[in-house]
Amino acid sequence: MSAGVGVDLESLWIRFGDFVAVRDANVHINGGDFFSFLGPSGCGKTTILRAVSGFLEPSEGNVLIGGRNMKGIGPNKRPTALIFQNLALFPLMKVWENIAFSMEINGASAAERRKRADELLDMIALPGQGDKLPSELSGGQRQRVAIARALCAEPDVLLLDEPLSALDLKLRQHMRTELREIQKRVGITFIYITHDQGEALTMSDNIAVMREGIIDQIGDGKAIYNDPATAFAASFVGENNVFRGKIKRISGDEALVATNRSGDLVARISTANQGKMKEGDDAMMFIRPEAFAIASKGAKGDHFVTAKVNHEEFEGNSFNIFMEGGGGKELKVTIPNLGQSFKDHTGQSLTLEYEIKNSVVVPAGELAAE
Amino acid sequence: MPGFLKEFLNRNGTGMGLAILGLVLFWTIVLIILPQVSMLDFSFRPNLPPPEIGGPKDIYTAENYKYLIFGPEGGSQDYNAVDLRVFFRTLVAAICVTIFNLILCYPIAYYLGQTKGNHIRIFALMLIIPYWINEILRAFALRIIFGETGVLNNFFVGLGVFDTPFDFIRNDIALYAGLGYAYILLMIFPIYNVIESLDRNQIEAARDMGASWIKIHRRVVIPYAKPGISSGCTMVFMLSAGALAAPQILGGPSSLWFTQLIYQQFNDNSDWPQGAAYAVVLLVTCILLVLAIMRLFKVNMGDIGK
Repeated sequence: MSAGVGVDLESLWIRFGDFVAVRDANVHINGGDFFSFLGPSGCGKTTILRAVSGFLEPSEGNVLIGGRNMKGIGPNKRPTALIFQNLALFPLMKVWENIAFSMEINGASAAERRKRADELLDMIALPGQGDKLPSELSGGQRQRVAIARALCAEPDVLLLDEPLSALDLKLRQHMRTELREIQKRVGITFIYITHDQGEALTMSDNIAVMREGIIDQIGDGKAIYNDPATAFAASFVGENNVFRGKIKRISGDEALVATNRSGDLVARISTANQGKMKEGDDAMMFIRPEAFAIASKGAKGDHFVTAKVNHEEFEGNSFNIFMEGGGGKELKVTIPNLGQSFKDHTGQSLTLEYEIKNSVVVPAGELAAE
Repeated sequence: MPGFLKEFLNRNGTGMGLAILGLVLFWTIVLIILPQVSMLDFSFRPNLPPPEIGGPKDIYTAENYKYLIFGPEGGSQDYNAVDLRVFFRTLVAAICVTIFNLILCYPIAYYLGQTKGNHIRIFALMLIIPYWINEILRAFALRIIFGETGVLNNFFVGLGVFDTPFDFIRNDIALYAGLGYAYILLMIFPIYNVIESLDRNQIEAARDMGASWIKIHRRVVIPYAKPGISSGCTMVFMLSAGALAAPQILGGPSSLWFTQLIYQQFNDNSDWPQGAAYAVVLLVTCILLVLAIMRLFKVNMGDIGK
């Protein structure tokens, strides 16, 4: 299997009539990467996938696979294999016929096809299931058959369109690990489409966060989680507390933000925006629930937040405290359960502390929908 | 009372349930089974003048069937070559019409089934509305189009394609066109129904794996559409073999359809038993042929109903 074929999107625009589905996407995907496009439904991520697979011609710009421009090359001639959201296994063909369908197209004999299908069935841990019909398999097994079918074509790039979304939670989590392992084993480039940030973070080498046809940020999981480039990326990936305000002062890569409800707070300007923000700009400050710690009562300063506790929750591994404040909605604080004594604060005023390196400031922008 | 019957009555209420049951039984027994049984009965009786019916000469006989094969007793030929030729020609022609219809309708049904949008509804309507017109009127309309001074001949002679008008009717082209057109909907809609439920992703998946369009149809679409195809083919074949209006109106003078022979026996010769025997032979042969072909293509009876 050929390994490490990269994919490039160059100034890619895709329009449907007046509607712009993808706006000037520029992405470099390293060969052998597990790359995810992450975004809410309707953000254009599936459109990008269809452009890479060849089912859709971009309105402008190019798709390059292994440096080769794919313009005018149909989906049946591209070195890609697509796994559909609903898998699209052929219901009337046996599992082994499904898996070896691409070989059948190339005129391989039944014996050859059967041999290869059995090898792949071993790889996906379904030995001896070749003679069943897809309908006789469980959801997770069908999932693996779809992967085997795609891999049988020996593609340079495997495209996956939310393939886990139809599975229940447990299986989904199990398949994450399995997909990642398969990807490492075969070593080809995976392009993965998902709206589930957990999937994107756990599996991907790199992630592109998308919103309304625009790619907001590209980076590895840690960069996206810890150092978001936009308000959308900060609010879409993981839970986050937002503080709206104006920038009062900038010193180096730190900004003092006059927040609307929590006074002046200091935070780090996210890497993508350093040098681009100035005093007086509308800004949003984000602090993750787990980045807070309970401070001693009455502590004051530019990295302390004081607010009234609305209610508390015990979640087993953590305590969640919901407080008034933030950007209109509740402020959430997560304190890990380390066996400490924890008394209920409901109705009281509580002071929280955060480390400046765990906070981030980005220009004010659209937040992800709840 | 069997369980399913009890459940049926419980679900619909006893009164309504019995009414539905009664109507269905009336329909199947009185309107379908009894006429066919009496037809079968007729076919085994001699053709007698009314006073002798029920008399000593009114006995069961296979005469009428023998007539189809051997012709009149003491006739000049060993076999009833004329009628037999018409019989087999009808069957072969009906098969040809069915195949022709399938080739014509499959792409249309595929297009209708796999394309989204309002224009599809308009397209379907355009297919349906002509069928509001009576079958006989449609046949006459085709006769006008295909006639010696008809639209087609005027057009081609005017263009200079033909020197003299082409006799579409004598050459049976009008007949096949008429038969083909008469049952087009019965072919399109069963196939359309099945193909509409085919997941588009399957076609794309096959294409993504490098399949050509022919291969996609052969391996993915046609196997999936098989119930619809067999249902459409069965109906078109049965109805073409049993058609009367189109052959009567569009057939050439030398080309008789077997149904026309049956019609002649009943109407012109007033020989009902003979006509009944011919009708039974046609019906049974058609059913056997359909069953044999279904077997050949591994279609289950249950699929037809889909």
